[in-house]
Amino acid sequence: MIKKEMIAMLLAGGQGSRLGVLTSHVAKPAVAFGGKYRIIDFPLSNCINSGIDTVGVLTQYQPLRLNTHIGIGIPWDLDRNIGGVSILPPYEKNTCSEWYTGTANAIYQNLGYMEYYNPDYVLILGGDHIYKMDYEVMLDFHKSKNADITLATIPVPIEEANRFGVAITDENKRITEFEEKPEKPRSNLASMGIYIFTWKVLKDALIALWSQKGCDFGKHIIPYCHQKGDRVFAYEYNGYWKDVGTLGAYWESNMELIDLVPEFNLYEEFWRIYTKADTIPPGYISDTAAVNKAIIGEGTEVYGEVYSSVIGSGVTIGSGAVIRDSIIMKDVVIEEGVHINKSIIAEGAVIGANTQLGVGEEVPNKLYPNIYSFGLVTVAENTQIPSGVKIGKNTAIEGITLPEDYPNGVLESGETLIKAGDRL
Amino acid sequence: MKAIGIVLAGGNNNKMRELSNKRAIAAMPVAGSYRAIDFALSNMSNSHIQKVAVITQYNAKSLNEHLSSSKWWDFGRKQGGLFVFTPTITARNSYWYRGTADAMYQNISFLKKSHEPYAVIASGDCIYKLDYHKVLDYHINKRADITVVCTRLPKDEDACRFGVVKTGEDGRITQFEEKPIVTDSDTVSTGIYIIRRRQLIELLEKAAEEVRFDFVKDILIRYKDIKKIYAYSMDTYWNNISTVEAYYKTNMDFLDKDVRNYFFRQYPDIYSKVEDLPPAKYNQGSNTKNSLISNGCIINGQVENSILFKKVYIGNNCTIKNSIILNDVYIGNNTYIENCIVESRGTIQANSSYIGEDGEIRIVVEKNNRYVL
Repeated sequence: MIKKEMIAMLLAGGQGSRLGVLTSHVAKPAVAFGGKYRIIDFPLSNCINSGIDTVGVLTQYQPLRLNTHIGIGIPWDLDRNIGGVSILPPYEKNTCSEWYTGTANAIYQNLGYMEYYNPDYVLILGGDHIYKMDYEVMLDFHKSKNADITLATIPVPIEEANRFGVAITDENKRITEFEEKPEKPRSNLASMGIYIFTWKVLKDALIALWSQKGCDFGKHIIPYCHQKGDRVFAYEYNGYWKDVGTLGAYWESNMELIDLVPEFNLYEEFWRIYTKADTIPPGYISDTAAVNKAIIGEGTEVYGEVYSSVIGSGVTIGSGAVIRDSIIMKDVVIEEGVHINKSIIAEGAVIGANTQLGVGEEVPNKLYPNIYSFGLVTVAENTQIPSGVKIGKNTAIEGITLPEDYPNGVLESGETLIKAGDRL
Repeated sequence: MKAIGIVLAGGNNNKMRELSNKRAIAAMPVAGSYRAIDFALSNMSNSHIQKVAVITQYNAKSLNEHLSSSKWWDFGRKQGGLFVFTPTITARNSYWYRGTADAMYQNISFLKKSHEPYAVIASGDCIYKLDYHKVLDYHINKRADITVVCTRLPKDEDACRFGVVKTGEDGRITQFEEKPIVTDSDTVSTGIYIIRRRQLIELLEKAAEEVRFDFVKDILIRYKDIKKIYAYSMDTYWNNISTVEAYYKTNMDFLDKDVRNYFFRQYPDIYSKVEDLPPAKYNQGSNTKNSLISNGCIINGQVENSILFKKVYIGNNCTIKNSIILNDVYIGNNTYIENCIVESRGTIQANSSYIGEDGEIRIVVEKNNRYVL
């Protein structure tokens, strides 16, 4: 007989449109982080470190990179005879076929998967946060409160609480009221989008609300259960937790890793983060290189200068190149004499010789001011940028670009240059 | 492929000095992130050999840890797999492996139970890339009984620590001397052989009957004139690491761009057991020149012409020059290290100095207490 005390359902289907061109070809959980990892490595590693060996990963948007990354779960020890990791895409049914229309709807469509493992509890996770958390401690809390639902919450500065869903609790940590992005927050406990459900409560709620359009945990399931009188509790988490949903936050949390002793420390023995590492060789720093305050991945060859940056694996940085305050993902080629300031360059991009990124005045992006801000240059994966051009701030570039795409050799600050290639 | 693989990884010798105290040579860390045996194993995997036996005896633990799963080299699990054979006492045998032929003979059931027609035999202490397919094609073409992969040493290298061969025009080996005192040939055996599995079984049984134990002396050299033994010449990078000097040089070769490109960036890849360490971190004030830095390293000081293996910590104000720092070494502040190999899991106290004299590599084994953060 199959029996798992708690299984995890990891929602990894979202696009993460606020990451702009970084997510044009990959789902947000598959975006690279910290020179070696992908965002989904953090919840997956948390699962196995917390003793959860059965994880369903719900995919929908651009799943190829996620599928190849997760495989059968070997890097996380999630290749198991019973349980392990399963990728759960939307599928065709004989009555109706639909995409996952909301977080809870996605879980609803996989009731069969959960049922198979006969769980007592189900942990619902997102795939877009950087943190180390012991879900077992949260489960102990859930049990000790005899709760139906436990929400993980994190105290945030009260002046920022209006960006989150906040929970108002009684002295026993039972939630009395919810406020979604309140103008005048009455609590600073922000929901982290992590829930533990007692299985029966989850199942009943999903079935009761099955016809709800775009059924969502925060908007529908939790309020429904709360109104019905279910015991909903707030578990308070006090470690490092970072939402990397915007380019600014993504850039910032990468930069935090290069502090002398980072708040989020990947070098600790305890609670290791696992990932699928394709590249094994050591990095090479040449005679002509200068490296200071940086993280540099495996197999990367540095002939130029790197300051305050996070460099992925298999990157080549040519001589005379100077990189500052930037994130360079794996297999990027930076040719000689390139100057890069405050940029994010996604996997496999090629930057032609003597090109300059991140120069000039900071002007808001003309097309997407809410996405491309923070003064960053964002370069999509496999983009090619020709030699000798200048690129301003708050810009985005995608595709095989040619010299004629840069009038007078310049892409002014605030411009967006997206060339549709032959790829979807 | 139509072959099984056998990796002879038992050995050790005093030319490795203190480095051999705790491990078989095949388990020596190489090129920052690998171990010597990874090269033979990856070559086998890349030649589509699915079933590999590693035969080991000296401090077998050092290899066992590394060979924890066949997954790391992509060998099969049901159809094939990775087998580690250490000597065991049985009703019929209570000896250690008394030589390479004896080591294979003691595991002859593995040979007998296999169905692949050929066996590729390789040693675990050589650094190279080779498609064994090509050797097998040559072997079949020549209708050879045994094919020995040979290479020509560069002018300045002494052939006398190897098996030295001379061949006839068609490639057949006419002379074979094991570790001769003097030689005028620069062609040496790489310790890689291809042989028909049944032929191997027959030769091993014959040797055992005659109480002979060494594959080179008692089989290759002894049968040289009655069996067709051919030399396949390999002209790409090959190095044996079984002396301290050769080990040091081989590692330093990886500071050369062409060597790195050949091993690290050209197909096929060399695989190793993945240890889930974060990428290397270069803190403010660090200064690194012409060096290989593996994952898990944290550098605060100065590193020059050196190779840092995994998880090395270099304190403030340190200078590391022309040195090899093996896995998991902690080096305290203000330390000076030049021309040294620092043994793995060592802890070097602050303000110390270790200098190897010119031309003589110093091996540093320091087991101080370490503060764990």
